[in-house]
Formats: sequence, structure tokens, C-alpha cells
Amino acid sequence: MDAPAVSHVEVSGNPCRVWSKGSGRRIGFLAGFGGLPKWIPFLDALATENEIVVPSIPGFPGAVGHTSFDSHIDWVLAIRDLLKQSGLLDGAPLIGSGPGGSLAADMAAFWPGEINRLALIAPWGLSDGDAPMADPWARRPHEVGPLLCNVPQHWDELKAEPEGANSVEWPIEQARALEASARIFWPLGNTGLAKRLGHIACPTLLIRGEGDQVIPANYMEAFRAGTGGETTIEAIANAGHLAELDQPQAVADAIRAFI
Amino acid sequence: MKHCWFHLMPYTELPEDFRDNHESVWVDIDSTLFDPERAHHMYNDFLDEMEFAAEMGFDAICVNEHHSNGYGLMPSPNLMLAALARRANPQTALCVLGNSIALYNPPTRVAEEMAMLDCISGGRLIAGFPVGSPMDTCYAYGQNPSQLRERYAEAHDFIVRAWTEPETFAFNGRFNQQRYVNIWPRPVQKPHPPIWVPGGGSVETWRWCAEMDYVYCYLSYYGYKAARATMQGFWDEMDRLGKDRNPYRAGFLQFVGVAESEAQARELYREPAEYFYDRCLRVSARYANPPGYVTEATQRAGVESQIATAAAGGPDSVDNTSARPGIQKVNLIDKNARQFDAIVENGYVIIGSPDQVAEQLHEIAHELRFGQLLMLLQFGNMGKDLANYNTRLYAEKVMPQLADVWSEWENHWWPKPMSLPDRAATNFPNPALAAE
Repeated sequence: MDAPAVSHVEVSGNPCRVWSKGSGRRIGFLAGFGGLPKWIPFLDALATENEIVVPSIPGFPGAVGHTSFDSHIDWVLAIRDLLKQSGLLDGAPLIGSGPGGSLAADMAAFWPGEINRLALIAPWGLSDGDAPMADPWARRPHEVGPLLCNVPQHWDELKAEPEGANSVEWPIEQARALEASARIFWPLGNTGLAKRLGHIACPTLLIRGEGDQVIPANYMEAFRAGTGGETTIEAIANAGHLAELDQPQAVADAIRAFI
Repeated sequence: MKHCWFHLMPYTELPEDFRDNHESVWVDIDSTLFDPERAHHMYNDFLDEMEFAAEMGFDAICVNEHHSNGYGLMPSPNLMLAALARRANPQTALCVLGNSIALYNPPTRVAEEMAMLDCISGGRLIAGFPVGSPMDTCYAYGQNPSQLRERYAEAHDFIVRAWTEPETFAFNGRFNQQRYVNIWPRPVQKPHPPIWVPGGGSVETWRWCAEMDYVYCYLSYYGYKAARATMQGFWDEMDRLGKDRNPYRAGFLQFVGVAESEAQARELYREPAEYFYDRCLRVSARYANPPGYVTEATQRAGVESQIATAAAGGPDSVDNTSARPGIQKVNLIDKNARQFDAIVENGYVIIGSPDQVAEQLHEIAHELRFGQLLMLLQFGNMGKDLANYNTRLYAEKVMPQLADVWSEWENHWWPKPMSLPDRAATNFPNPALAAE
């Protein structure tokens, strides 16, 4: 894998890393639970015919500043700033995974004219009181990989400290990413997105790993039923919650076909 | 030195196979294990024990707050203190350690209830402000771990201002907005009851206590040996900040079991100690470290400490636990100290004859340098008879031996109550009124 180009934008006075790679149609990606401490094959698969732009959510690896956001309004405006400065609010398709999927959906709900297609991998943001999403924060370290991935090593490899990394700061950066998602979604993953789904007017693709242990399958149906635009659901075999880690090519193919 | 009798109010009838068949004593503890009619007896026994401790001359009786917890049956410690405020020895301070103030929105409720307790007791309240454990705050009460400390700091500012500001004011906080703040009642003690802050080994907490002139309380279940590094760190920080070394700046929690002889103490306290460390500390590591609960500065200290520990060759060294995140403490206790001999050897519980206990407490009071000694003389499944025996023996034969410890220092952080003759007659015979 060739390295992506790296730049930084500023959100509420804090730097946020922006990766980009490839050429062609510009598409954006907001990462899933734990963020992206490393470039992943899924992004390469998308970069073959497109320019994939990956701005890091504040608090996720490569970005800080999450503690300045208290309310969901704060977060929504921060993500809008992040996308705008990354050149992703001029009609580019937007992809999001898990927490990033929920925030991408909010962008389309709040500013329907600025997102022309949404591809969401197991988006958070909804909650069914009788069947809440799994609690990804109340886990022992060795339980996280099996919860998130069909092949737990995919998570472990993403989070493994690379040679030459700062051995003090690397684990803190990973913990910060979990905190940032908690700051937005604690304790049930529910941001009240259900009330806003009707404002999403663009075509939407919902992707869910068939082995997803975090988001129940009926959440996808509720999501589809709530949106105001045309929404389809695609299941990915042999994939867990982070389907983009388990089946990078299959997920990228589904998205490329959709956009 | 002040002797403060602390009760956790543990459920005393967890099954013998609790550790084998249940993952956690906290958060998702099996509700079918709770028998309300048995709890009726436990609560009344516990209150009896606390009243007895006050009668025996302990300087304070202490309660604290836990939720969804099999070893702490006090979701509302203020209810317990309200019961004790009228029945316990009027010479005894009432210490709540405390209310997890980030959980209450608006924090007005805490300011009001503590002011009520101070009024009812005639100014005997010590107000504890813990951040609260992750299990209590983030899991049982659903507070966002990423905002917990910010909310704590704001709630503190709110409560102190509510106690002290004479005029009705508007509070425009980050998390709390209230147009009219004007609590009735107001505390007896001026400007407000002494504030004690239970905390772990965080440098930020030490600095804050120094800045605010509050007592720092290290409430560890792992005894004096595990506390050395933390207390040394605290005093080093006080030195660095130019604060005096008044030992009453520091509180420390210790389990104690006294008997006529060491052999008898081993016989008497084995079961309740093993009950506590085996069943009550059966805490799932899943709940020990929600993201954001531990600050990044403390994480850095923890990571660096682990690296230092690894370099020293002892990841399970008790001396290296204080700066490490709670999750690792849970692992440590799981490994090392559920058997009585190890519990005693590690210093988690101090046992012995009155002379042996007095000698050890004298030594650790000076080594760790604390003036506010918080003691668990009831622990685990200890019944009322044994708890009262332990309490009486300590009061009659240990406390006198420690009477002079730190007598050269003034305790600035102790309640200043109304004089006894000015106080109301309550259910406890008021010696001053009785003499009239």
C-alpha cells in the first residue's frame, strides 16, 4: 500500500488529520469505532477509481479537541466544519462507519443539499430500548476484537503499536478514540437520530456485516423505514461490525457500485 | 489523630460460590441474591454499629455512596446520616464521603441535603466530594465518562457558591444552568462544612486539594503497603507547592481487626476478611476503566509507571499499584490477596492485639503521614456482635495509645459545631443538657 497524502485542517482551534489518495470522483469517509491509527486496505480499494478523502473525527487518531464539544449540536457543527474544510461538502458522496456513519447521516439530515449519496456501514445513532446495541466500552481488552470483527486479528492488527511508535502516546491515542466516541454516544449509542432520519433525502446504502455483534439487524430496517430518500440494505458475508476491516474488497465493491 | 469509624454497609449474605458463579458484585450483580427482608435486618444492624461507635468515642462516623453494589448498600448516604444525626452521640462528627456530585443535576440537591444535615446535627458535617467510581457513575448511573470530571468540577463550584453566596444568584455553567439559586436551609458551619476529597493517585487531585485547602483522602482497600507510593507522591507534591506538612491534610483508610491476641484476631477476622476480598471485590474488569474516566495525564503516569515497573522486574509489585489504572488494581487483587494470610501479609487488613495494632497504626500514621484515620472495623460479613467487639476493643485499648499522635498540629479541617448547650435535645442523651 502506498501511503496517502497527509494534510491537516483546524476544527475549533484543534488540528485534524486528513488523508487523501487516488484520483477521480471525490468521496469522503468518516471512520468507525476506534478510528484509524493506520491506513487500511478498504481505503485502497476505494481509491482505485476515486479520490478518497478521510478526515479524522476530533479525538480519533490523528485529531484532538473532542473535549470541547458537549452537546450534539456542538458535534454536528464540528463535523460540518471538518467536512467543509476537507472539501467534502460540495455534493461528494459520504461514507461512514458506526459512529462515523451516524455523524454522516446527520450531515445529510441537517444539510440535505450538500450530500448527494450516503453509504453507511452499521451506523450508530438509533436505540431500541428492548434491544440496545452492544456496549463496546465495557469490554476487557481481549474482548474488543471478537466483538467488532469477524476475524478479531483485523482489529488487533489495526491497533497494534507499530515499530518506532511512541510507546507511551500510542495507547493513549487509542484510548482517546474510545473516549471521543463515548463523548458523543454514551451510553446507548443514541443521539436521537431517529427523529432526523426523515430529513435525509439522498439515496442511501446501508451495509451491515452479517456477523455484526454490535448493531442488531432490525436497526437497519428501522433506519431504512425512517429515511426520506431511497434506501437499500446490503449484507456482507463473513464480516462483523467493522465490515470494512473484515471484507474490505466486498464493502468497497458495494459502495462503488452504489455511487 | 482523628479516628473515624467508616461503614461500607456490605450485603453480608452473598453465597459462598459467588466468585465462581457471578462475574461482578457491581453494576450487573444478580438481583435475585438480594433479600429485602434480610436487608431490613442488615441496615438496622449497621446503624446500631455506627451509633455504638459514636457512643464509644470515635471522633467521626462515616458513610459513602455506591450504586448497584453488593458491598455498599448506600445509594444515598445522606439518608443514613439523617438517621444518625439525631440518634448518635452529639460529640461525634458526621462524615459523608461523600456524594458523587457530578451525578446530580442540578447539584442544588447536594447543597440542600448537606445543609440540612449540618443544621440537624448542629454543625457536625464533614462534606466529602468524590468523583465516584466508574462503576457507580458511568455504568450504574450512566454518566458520560468523558464529561465526568468537568461536571464534577462545575458541581463543586456550584455547591460551594450555593452554601456561601448570601444573595440569590444565577448559575450559568457549562452543564448546569439555573436562574435562581438560593438554598434553604443554609449550613451551620461558616463559610461551609469542611470538604474532604476521596481520590486515587492523581496529581491533578492533589494539586486541587492543595489549591482549595481541602483534605485529600486515599481510600484504598489494599492497605498501607500499597499506599506508600501514593502518599509519598501526595506529600512530595505538597512540598513542591509550598504547603505545610500538616498531617491533617491527609486521610487514609485502613481495615483493622483487634482481639485479645494475634491468634484470636486471626481466628475472628479470617472469615469476614476473606468474604470481603473474595466476594465483595469480585468486580468485573469490564467496568473498571470506561474511556475518559482516567485523565490522559494520569494515563501517561500509569503507562510510564508500568514501563518503570517492567524495568524493575515486578509487574505485580504492590508498591507499584498506586499510579496504575483501576483495571490493573482489580487484576492485582484477583491474583494475590483473597486468602487471609496474604491479605494480612500485604497489609490490606491490620490485625492483632491492641498493642500490636496500636504499634502498627502509629508506625503507618508517621510513614504515610495522615491525621484523619478512616477505619473499617466492620468489613465483609462481620456480624454486629463482632463488629461491636472490635469497635469497643479499639476504642478502649488502641485509641488511648494513639491519643498524642499529631497533637502538635492543629486540625483545620474538622467541623466546628454549635456548642452543646445551644443544641436541641435529641434521642441521644445530651450530657450538657442532662447536667442542667
